[in-house]
Amino acid sequence: MQIELDGICKAFGSVQANSNISLTVESGTIHGLLGENGAGKTTLMKVLTGYISCDSGSIYLDGRLVKVGSPAVATRLGIGMLHQDPLDVPRLSVLQNFCLGSPGFLRLYRRQSRQKLLDLCQRFGFELDPDELVRNLTMGERQQLELLRLLNMGVRTIILDEPTTGISEPQRVLLFKTLHKLADDGLSIIFVSHKLKEVQELCSEVTVLRQGQVSGRIRAPFTSDALVEMMFGQCLARNQRSQVQFGAPLLRLEDAAIRSYRLDVAPFSLVVRAGEVIGLAGLEGSGQRLFMEACAGIRSLSAGHLVLGNKELSSAPYAAFRRAGVSYVPAARLEEGLIPGMTLCEHFALAYQKQGILVDWESAEVLTRTRIGDYGIVGHPDTCVEELSGGNQQRALLSLLPDELSLLLLEHPTRGLDIDSSARIWARLLERRNQGSAIIFTSTDLDELVDYADRILVFSGGIISEPVSSSEVTCEQLGYMIGGSRA
Amino acid sequence: MSSEPRFGLKLWYKVSPVLLPVFLALAFASVLLLGADANPLEAFGSIVSGAFGGVNNITDVAMSMVPLMLCSAGMLITFAAGLWNIGIEGQIIAGAIGATFVVQTFPDITSPALFITLVLLGGVVGGVFWGLLLGLIRAYGGVNEIFAGLGLNYVGQAITNYLILGPWKRAEGATMSGTEPFPEAARMSTLGDTRASLLAIILAVVAIVAVYYLLRNTRWGLRLKAIGLNDEAARRLGIKDRKSLLMAFMVAGIMAGLAGAVQVTAVRYRLIPGVSGGIGYLSQLVVLLSGLRAEIVPLVVAFFAAVQVGSPRLELRLGLDASLGGVLQASVVFFFVIVRGIRQRLAERRLARGQ
Amino acid sequence: MVNDALWVKTLASVIAAGSPLVFAGIGEMLNEKAGITNLSLDGSILLSAMAGFVAAYASGSVLWGFAAAMAVGSIIALIVASSSIALKQDQVAVGFVLTLLCTDLSTFLGKSYVSIPGPSVPHLTIPVLAELPVIGPMFFDQNIVVYASFILVLAAWFWINHTRQGLNLRAIGERPESAFARGLPVNRMRYIYTAIGGALVGCAGAAYSLSVKLGWSQGHTAGFGWVALAIVIFGGWRPVRVALGAYLFGALKSLGSILQPVYPNIPSQVFQAAPFALMVVALLVVSASNPDKLGRYLPTGLRRALAHIMDASGPSGLGKRFEQD
Repeated sequence: MQIELDGICKAFGSVQANSNISLTVESGTIHGLLGENGAGKTTLMKVLTGYISCDSGSIYLDGRLVKVGSPAVATRLGIGMLHQDPLDVPRLSVLQNFCLGSPGFLRLYRRQSRQKLLDLCQRFGFELDPDELVRNLTMGERQQLELLRLLNMGVRTIILDEPTTGISEPQRVLLFKTLHKLADDGLSIIFVSHKLKEVQELCSEVTVLRQGQVSGRIRAPFTSDALVEMMFGQCLARNQRSQVQFGAPLLRLEDAAIRSYRLDVAPFSLVVRAGEVIGLAGLEGSGQRLFMEACAGIRSLSAGHLVLGNKELSSAPYAAFRRAGVSYVPAARLEEGLIPGMTLCEHFALAYQKQGILVDWESAEVLTRTRIGDYGIVGHPDTCVEELSGGNQQRALLSLLPDELSLLLLEHPTRGLDIDSSARIWARLLERRNQGSAIIFTSTDLDELVDYADRILVFSGGIISEPVSSSEVTCEQLGYMIGGSRA
Repeated sequence: MSSEPRFGLKLWYKVSPVLLPVFLALAFASVLLLGADANPLEAFGSIVSGAFGGVNNITDVAMSMVPLMLCSAGMLITFAAGLWNIGIEGQIIAGAIGATFVVQTFPDITSPALFITLVLLGGVVGGVFWGLLLGLIRAYGGVNEIFAGLGLNYVGQAITNYLILGPWKRAEGATMSGTEPFPEAARMSTLGDTRASLLAIILAVVAIVAVYYLLRNTRWGLRLKAIGLNDEAARRLGIKDRKSLLMAFMVAGIMAGLAGAVQVTAVRYRLIPGVSGGIGYLSQLVVLLSGLRAEIVPLVVAFFAAVQVGSPRLELRLGLDASLGGVLQASVVFFFVIVRGIRQRLAERRLARGQ
Repeated sequence: MVNDALWVKTLASVIAAGSPLVFAGIGEMLNEKAGITNLSLDGSILLSAMAGFVAAYASGSVLWGFAAAMAVGSIIALIVASSSIALKQDQVAVGFVLTLLCTDLSTFLGKSYVSIPGPSVPHLTIPVLAELPVIGPMFFDQNIVVYASFILVLAAWFWINHTRQGLNLRAIGERPESAFARGLPVNRMRYIYTAIGGALVGCAGAAYSLSVKLGWSQGHTAGFGWVALAIVIFGGWRPVRVALGAYLFGALKSLGSILQPVYPNIPSQVFQAAPFALMVVALLVVSASNPDKLGRYLPTGLRRALAHIMDASGPSGLGKRFEQD
């Protein structure tokens, strides 16, 4: 089925997520959709699958104008999407998930469905036990199940959103083989990704998005150079920065490994010295968050050692990490960092006043006013945090950090902030660095990584690269590494 | 000229969240009354005169405000921590039992000051114990506090019945009308020949002021609020949530225990079955209607108590059931929630259109 | 004849006494499976018991009584659902307020019907089957309401486990966003199931006033609504287990009246409170057991069976609003 998107525009508030995007996918081809996080890929695909309606623009299927009002309509039109976190029901069995949403009113046609499922499994070489609960499956198996379900629903177009995140290498190889097979059958496939190598391996044509716009379009064969430039643009000139003397080793990770439901982080070793800034690069969900949580003491290591200062904290509770001067600023500001319903002043009282029975509102308010000035927060002490803008929430979070810190962990410290406020935040952070705090931060902004980090670790599917010195790396090289290949 | 209606509109916007539900509740009750062939105005009039028609009526309102205020104060604490402390009813019962225990064990104390102090203390211990039990089941057993609390309420009721019919039965024989009346020294003194006890009223006022202060000015109150609003972020800030939850249940237990003690030492002068009388459930409504604001609670409590005291008049004068009072109380809160929801949705829609 | 023995008669009365709780438990289970908690049960059952009695009394027909009770239960449930879905208010708050409102409403409206004799559901002995030893009196010598409760349990079990609609129901309660992605109208289905659940809760009310606890009085069924809510949790949101919970509760209640004369030293209040205390203990056990942890070391078949038997967790999406972007 041929798909044509014409002039799609979609804005969320003041952010233009998609502006005038046009794109054609021929039937029987695998079309890559490439772009950084926040480039507008997800929004575009949500428009195509009926999750959100676009502000303007049209969608044609085989030349026919269609209106995709809901995911149900999309399925009826033959468009199916495989989400990064598959939209299945974990507490139902494989077979039940397979049946769920297929037409019919009362009867389940269990025997026929089971046969169909097994046939499809055999055809693509998947091994799925129809009676196993989905919550016991690996990410790759859940993906396979969703894929089969969509095929069983008769979709002619399949959209895959970052499908290789969290799946094993053999599963990836199998997935790619399957996709080629499906394309040969005449299905059109849209492969949304961040990884250059995979796009090169799989796609016959690629559209690159940057900041909500199409920044390039090429047919195979394409070189990594071309893709990287379209994705990241030109690197800006490097800022000069002052060299600081690093202090004693502060954080020591030895053969540390982290395990989670979705992803395992392979054993790695790292020494971070006081005053050092470490940047974590990589596609979202490649293990950075697990790394941060382990360093913050929220998640324990599955193997290896974590030594902070000279204290072994491998299996210590969160409170021990806090006492040792570790602070973690998560990306989800209103869910994990701030407390909606409480004012700025209350937050400062909560974070700073650790002794006594009473709250000293006067000093809390004085402190709040000072910090509001220092960090340029637009708000009053009695403003509730949920009323602040995103950038102001981020500044508020940073301003809440304790004064004495040995290790500061930041998730996307400047996401959603303009250049000026990012610079202000970094000025504050570097001040802390100069006082001897070590900083570890994640970012999707390569310039930010190269500008502020001393060393950069690149995460890719739970594998952590050797640290790269930021003075010896360019944005391009980083782009390659994030995409999973060496320059 | 043009600013006139806008000012009116603004005022309406400010008072309508309170007035509209009251109006709707009165309208709803009027429909019920018309259905029962009664004159709504007459009925409402008899409630008002029942509540404020004389000195005794007013002091009765004041006295029925006392336990309700105490419980609402406790409920403010648990609500701040995001808990549905329906078990407060059981905590009142436990308080009443604790207070009666003191009287039953030391019936010969002659100093009223000492006796009353001990009785109140007994109430506090009982309430705290029952609150702690619920807190443990919730914080460490992971059972929803609503069901655990309800279960404990029934258990508390059964214990009361057992005590009244068994160990604490009257000398002339066990009866469901309650235990032996308290000795004079164990009764709170009343003002003149009214039924109001100054001490009880002072207790209630102190409790609500204390809770207001506790939630507003103590670090503990602030932490509790943080847990109630976002326990994940609160934990990240290093707050021990389980301990704070336990404490919340216990403080609520203090208040409810006092309420139970007041019921037996200043109102009933003995332990009776159903001593809690639904005050705990009512306090839940009070706190919902006050929007969790301690400073509003006394107003709401006054309204509820007035309805409570005034509505038996319906039965005496018009032959209607006094439960209309309960209908009024609950429907005000019901319409309050509904009106709030509609306003929020309208505001959302306006915002969406504006963008 | 064994069927004349006291214990057989007691068992039969337990089954009969449990039937309203079966209706209420299954009804509440249905709307909780869809993701809506209707906390107003204690009030809804009272109000529908009153409405059912009054309607049956006025019309002389038990059927009208049940129809009225179902309508009342349904409307209350729909108020809870719409204030949650459309008005985005807290389900617990609305449910709780409605509990108190309906309780007082039932007292006020039912005042002139207190303690008057009214119609009741006729007894219907099923020939032949009723002669079976033990089972006969328990299951086949009852009235239609009791038979209906058996059918309801089986129907609910079949609907949830063996039909496509049942699968859809589980999906909208477990993970509404997945259900929506597959084209299911999540919120519409939630309304429908809440209405059905509410109607069954209404049935429970009428079953009390017209079958199990004949007539009407103030607070006629007070407490049973809370028990029904607890039974849903205890039953792990599964029809047969919910029904077992209802009978267990009924058995505990009647056990008191049987054991009382046998052990006169134990005060009757112990038997009164025991079901409620046991309810708390049962909930503790249910919430503390974790089948996944237990079963990790067992072979697949056994693990699955164990997980299936032990699984007592509620729908993941229970009480959470679903909004499509």
